[in-house]
Amino acid sequence: MSKEYRGVWVFIEQNEGEIEGVSLELLGAGRKLADKLSVSLGGVLLGKDVKALCNQVISYGADEVYVIDHPVLEDYRTESYMKGVVLLAEKYSPEIFLYGATPNGKDLASAVATDLSTGLTADTTMLDVDLEKRLLEASRPAFGGNIMATILCKKHRPQMATVRPKVMKALEPDKERQGVIIEENIELHEEDMRTKVLKVVKDVSKRANLADAHIIVCGGKGLGDQQNFSLIYELAEVIGASVGGTRDVVEAGWLPHELQIGQTGETVTPKIYFAVGISGAIQHVVGMKNSEIIIAINKDASAPIFDVATYGIVGDALEILPKLIQQFKEIRTEKGGEISYA
Amino acid sequence: MHIVVCVKQVPDTKIIKINPKTNTLDRRSAPAILNPYDAHAVQEAVRMKRLIKDVYISVLSMGPPQANAIIKKSVEIGAEEGYLISDRAFAGADTLATSYALSKALDKIASIRPIDMILCGKHAIDGDTGQVGPGIARRLDIPPVTNVIEVTELDEKEQTVVVKRKLSGGYQLLQIQVPCLLTVEKEINEIEYSPLPNMLKAARYEPIVWTVNDLEDVDRTQLGLKGSPTIVGKMFTPPKHEGGKRLEGSSDEQVRELIKCLLEEKKELFYVK
Ligand SMILES: Cc1cc2nc3c(=O)[nH]c(=O)nc-3n(C[C@H](O)[C@H](O)[C@H](O)COP(=O)(O)OP(=O)(O)OC[C@H]3O[C@@H](n4cnc5c(N)ncnc54)[C@H](O)[C@@H]3O)c2cc1C
Ligand SMILES: Nc1ncnc2c1ncn2[C@@H]1O[C@H](COP(=O)(O)O)[C@@H](O)[C@H]1O
Repeated sequence: MSKEYRGVWVFIEQNEGEIEGVSLELLGAGRKLADKLSVSLGGVLLGKDVKALCNQVISYGADEVYVIDHPVLEDYRTESYMKGVVLLAEKYSPEIFLYGATPNGKDLASAVATDLSTGLTADTTMLDVDLEKRLLEASRPAFGGNIMATILCKKHRPQMATVRPKVMKALEPDKERQGVIIEENIELHEEDMRTKVLKVVKDVSKRANLADAHIIVCGGKGLGDQQNFSLIYELAEVIGASVGGTRDVVEAGWLPHELQIGQTGETVTPKIYFAVGISGAIQHVVGMKNSEIIIAINKDASAPIFDVATYGIVGDALEILPKLIQQFKEIRTEKGGEISYA
Repeated sequence: MHIVVCVKQVPDTKIIKINPKTNTLDRRSAPAILNPYDAHAVQEAVRMKRLIKDVYISVLSMGPPQANAIIKKSVEIGAEEGYLISDRAFAGADTLATSYALSKALDKIASIRPIDMILCGKHAIDGDTGQVGPGIARRLDIPPVTNVIEVTELDEKEQTVVVKRKLSGGYQLLQIQVPCLLTVEKEINEIEYSPLPNMLKAARYEPIVWTVNDLEDVDRTQLGLKGSPTIVGKMFTPPKHEGGKRLEGSSDEQVRELIKCLLEEKKELFYVK
């Protein structure tokens, strides 16, 4: 490292003029890191006709917005986006650079890290800095148990990490906040692109559903078999909830994998989360622990899921679930109404 | 058309279990398997071979000598050739050093038989970073497309492929110029039963094994632990949460109590006024 690297950066992912939630969350997390290190927070914004988004980036905590506005950047492509991001990083030398762990964020960060020849930590769920050494401490669940590993990148800059959506908190936007907009030009020609975007298709099916659900009933291996798993669907039906599962359940083929919750699945933050027959492995817990109310039903009183539960029932799910279903049904008819989100 | 699939040996996380008391991995029963996403990548190469006939499939792995087993497994699925790079010098590599070593091996494979397409898994289930594929593509300066759920078109004459790439809420349809690198999701295909001739071939098959000395133009400082910018600083058990209320009484009582609490705290969720 010969140059001086200063500042914390966040890649601002936008889709058709709308900023992804995770980018706003990262501005919140990045603000904390930047304040600790006494440096400024930069947002990196690429796209076509995206300048209008700069104020929003500033209102969520950025001091500077680095913008590259170019027609070739209309849709995300690794080729064009990485070129822009590498150009900015080389010119302005940030010390920390964060990306959302979304398909595009992960794709971009991997390519950029290779070109900058620096370290990249994947799917981070905790961020901090060692002030003295100016080291980013990016922690993620480690393979090997209910354990977190803190990954460091000592000798290379910028220190980069992708961060799971919905684990960091966005700041309240402040419309009065002032910031600097830095526009950068880039030489890009559509003819040079080896990747062409033919079309972009929106599909708001199950996936989005799970991420936005107010109530989720999530089942684990403890249900025993696929037939018992239908109790999960039944409860969900009665209370108007979405269904999710652990990775073990998905691998057993009881559930399609887009309904997997956890480190390698969706991160969710519903108002109510039922964890039924789930042991509470760290890889699962990182995907649901920010739910408002967590109800754990497990027959093993020492299962780690109880540590994150608001309400715990120690018992056999096959006995408890039918009772829950029954009682919710009774309330429904009693009140003569639907049970669903108002 | 020459397709090279990068395949990794990983511990079977379906079988290894974590001991909740000691928080450690129970290694007694940790067989190594072909990373499931990579199996789908090999299968996809086989599917392409059916589409356009003139396809040659190689697989490449970096790992210990035991990784032979997953190369044989790939031959079972339908690969014709397998390469293993295995050397102490590669050990302890993070994703940057891994993509470097693999790209050097790919250079060498390309000198034997030019490569048109590289396939990788979306991620390896042990580390699940998904960073190696795009890393390789950058090093070889070919376009990468991650999270591919379908290869819809293969145009040999135009040297292009059309793929669906999964996004958070939908997908992109992309046309890419060959040579390129794709990383595949599981839904791209179903793994088929291996035909008998493949099984017979796999049983006898011995991969081509290279050490670091067999590769050309290798900068050793970029390999293994030395070439890895990231290190594990510390391991810790996450701060324990308090855990809330344990409900008591008979199961009927517990259920009643739970519903009462939910209706109190989240009544807006349960009634349409
Ligand atoms: C790299 C990596 C990534 C991973 N990503 C994810 C991920 O994204 N999501 C995920 O969920 N997991 C993930 N895992 C797997 C994770 O470590 C656990 O193995 C998994 O979450 C366990 O699923 P489970 O709780 O359903 O099953 P188990 O751990 O088998 O737990 C079953 C539980 O059910 C209880 N039980 C049994 N019978 C009953 C009954 N009749 N009534 C009530 N309770 C009962 C048992 O006491 C036990 O606690 C990942 C692992 C690795 C290594
Ligand atoms: N040691 C390895 N040997 C061969 N291929 C690998 C290796 N490590 C990673 N890969 C490839 O890169 C993909 C992503 O791995 P990862 O970035 O580790 O999640 C895997 O699915 C493989 O296709």
